[in-house]
Amino acid sequence: MKRKRDVSTSSAVVPARRVTARARPADRVFKFLSTSAAVSIMVILAGVALFLIIRALPAIGANWTTNPDLKTGVTGGFSGFWSYVGPLAFGTVWASVLALLMATPVAIGIALFISHYSPRKMANFLGYIIDLLAAVPSVVYGLWGIMVMRPFLLPLQEWLNAYLGWIPFFSGSVTSTGSSILTGAVVLAVMVLPIITSISREIFLQTPKLHEEAALALGSTRWEMIRLAVFPYGRSGVVSAILLGLGRALGETMAVAMIISPAIVVSFRLITEGENPQTIASNIALNFPIATGLQRDALIGTGLVLFVISLAVNMVARLIVNAKPRRKKVRDAGNPRGSDPGRGDGVSAADAEDDEMLSPLAAHRQERLGDDGYDGADGADGDVAAARTAVSAGFGAGLDKRAEGDQP
Amino acid sequence: MTTATESARLPAVRNRLTTGQLPKRSTLYTVIGGFILAAALQGLIGFNWFGLLVFTGVFYLIAIYSLSLMKENRRKALDRLVSGLVCTAFILALAPLVSTLWTVVSKGLGILSWEFISTSGGAAHIDPDTLELVSSSGALQAIVGTLQITGLATLFSVPIGLLTAIYLVEYAHPTFWLRRTVNFLVDVMTGIPSIVAGLFAFSLFTLLLGPKAFSGLSAAVALSVLMIPTVVRSCEEMLRLVPADLREASYALGVTKYVTITRIVIPTAIAGIATGITLAIARVIGETAPIFMAASFTDSFNANPLSGPMQTLPVMAYTGYKFPGQDIDLSNNQAWGAALLLVLLVVVLNLMARIIAMIFAPKTSR
Repeated sequence: MKRKRDVSTSSAVVPARRVTARARPADRVFKFLSTSAAVSIMVILAGVALFLIIRALPAIGANWTTNPDLKTGVTGGFSGFWSYVGPLAFGTVWASVLALLMATPVAIGIALFISHYSPRKMANFLGYIIDLLAAVPSVVYGLWGIMVMRPFLLPLQEWLNAYLGWIPFFSGSVTSTGSSILTGAVVLAVMVLPIITSISREIFLQTPKLHEEAALALGSTRWEMIRLAVFPYGRSGVVSAILLGLGRALGETMAVAMIISPAIVVSFRLITEGENPQTIASNIALNFPIATGLQRDALIGTGLVLFVISLAVNMVARLIVNAKPRRKKVRDAGNPRGSDPGRGDGVSAADAEDDEMLSPLAAHRQERLGDDGYDGADGADGDVAAARTAVSAGFGAGLDKRAEGDQP
Repeated sequence: MTTATESARLPAVRNRLTTGQLPKRSTLYTVIGGFILAAALQGLIGFNWFGLLVFTGVFYLIAIYSLSLMKENRRKALDRLVSGLVCTAFILALAPLVSTLWTVVSKGLGILSWEFISTSGGAAHIDPDTLELVSSSGALQAIVGTLQITGLATLFSVPIGLLTAIYLVEYAHPTFWLRRTVNFLVDVMTGIPSIVAGLFAFSLFTLLLGPKAFSGLSAAVALSVLMIPTVVRSCEEMLRLVPADLREASYALGVTKYVTITRIVIPTAIAGIATGITLAIARVIGETAPIFMAASFTDSFNANPLSGPMQTLPVMAYTGYKFPGQDIDLSNNQAWGAALLLVLLVVVLNLMARIIAMIFAPKTSR
């Protein structure tokens, strides 16, 4: 970069394509500072991986049955690092998946409520309230889980065990304090809820008005409009929101450590006590103060595994988000604030988008005309076709043409 | 067109727009009906606030769906059902928020006093009047620790974060490999589990300084790892909002790039940047696991972030429950007091972010 600039400033004969000012010392220093800040991000991330690996390697490579440190205490009774971390990794994923199963439908419901159901003026305020859920520190959720959620969910768990105990998930001896993985997952669900909600809400709000109005103009109810215009548009965004929520749930420590009464086992039972699968993060938090020597290194090794798992989940989420930058561009087309100096394509993508949208709308039209419950559709057929042409013809121009043609 | 002529020919008996619809206020009436039914059921099986709400919701959903199915059609019934479900989801999310805040405030208010804030815990002294040993229950050491560690973390991450954002927005070409890599790594960094950041700081400091390397500085490093990506993202977003016209006008006047950035771009975006940084602080101030790993915990007062374990409010809330002292009730109460202080801090920081945005906002529109 630097060399390029020197060339363009020094060569006075050749007309420079970009006119650049003479670089002053302060300018160079500032550029150097900001570039090195950017480089430091790479260094920090590499450092995180490196230091964890340095500490973890001795424990991963050690013989766990003979090593005096590892065969007792928190790591005692395991044949090796992988048989120690395996059940922990299972517990981490299991608890997070349970939390997501509960949080996702509610989060999408809330996002829809804020973006499409609540009064426009309230939307910002309601969004702020949900964001408050994310602002509450995790340790406070842990305390709340102990004091409120455990006793609250206890009757439900007893009921599940008594009447649905034949389902493997609810079998086993029921918890007496409420410290089951179900309680932990409910609290985890509350914690990931705001993440999924806020991302989905943004995506839903960015649905092109054109698509929504086209769907409504065809006589859709609000739910059908959402199903036909909002969901197809936001699908990839919602998937990545769920994955980012998963990333948060995987790394969550305190709530799980405080609520669940764990063991290092692989178990699908939801409402037992003392045999709930432990998560990596919570295992580290609980055992780190009492671990010694190589045991600590073993715990750091499990932390490395957690790092890799959540890195993979986050990368997949980002890839899904970034896979369709053109889609995102379309939303910005009508939004002057969202102009990104980096990318400048919008028109062609917008056209492609409209074509893509036509198929579900067309399908809906067929479905709707076949539905005898619909009243007042007689004679609307031509209008629907005209609206379709209008949508595909770039709307504005198409509508004008149609209005002219329809004049008697 | 054809429908219009047809309806003109027909005798105007009813308003065709409103036939086959439930009355306007039907939603309200159904909610009230559901509530009365739920209250009646509660009268039979015992009262419970949460149960009342749940039964009201269930009765409402059943009633509105069947009413709409009878009077309207399947599609409208489904629409009403989904509307009901969506509203229920929102109310369902409010329940834990209200419950959490209520629990924290009601449990924490009991212990919150000037003494709790201004004395440090664990310092037992003899009361001169009764000559009995009194163990003080203060949280001063935790407040000081939280402020110091968060302050240091802010000091580390704001320059790095802001300069990285400036690099990404102002200097790097969008397709340059370093920009794309850094962009991707910032995303990756956002997803680092907080406990991994704590383990990183612990490993770093033990490798450098030997086994007992707990310190506030170490915790601040851990928090920085979590804070930098947040700062980069919010600053980047704000810098992008600055219109390119302003930059070009500045360049056209012969102003250098460095001065343009510091005098034009940053002052224009300063409200958003300050808001973003405040929110980033609010996010990391409640982190427990990394501080617990890196700074451990203690009951004694330690205001030197360079050496020795430090207590912080979130860790105090955690250890008060998980590793209580001899007086278990006192430890639990301290935990709730610390949790309340922490929530207050977070709320104040969030309000500050709003106020900063409001005070500085007019400047950006100028």
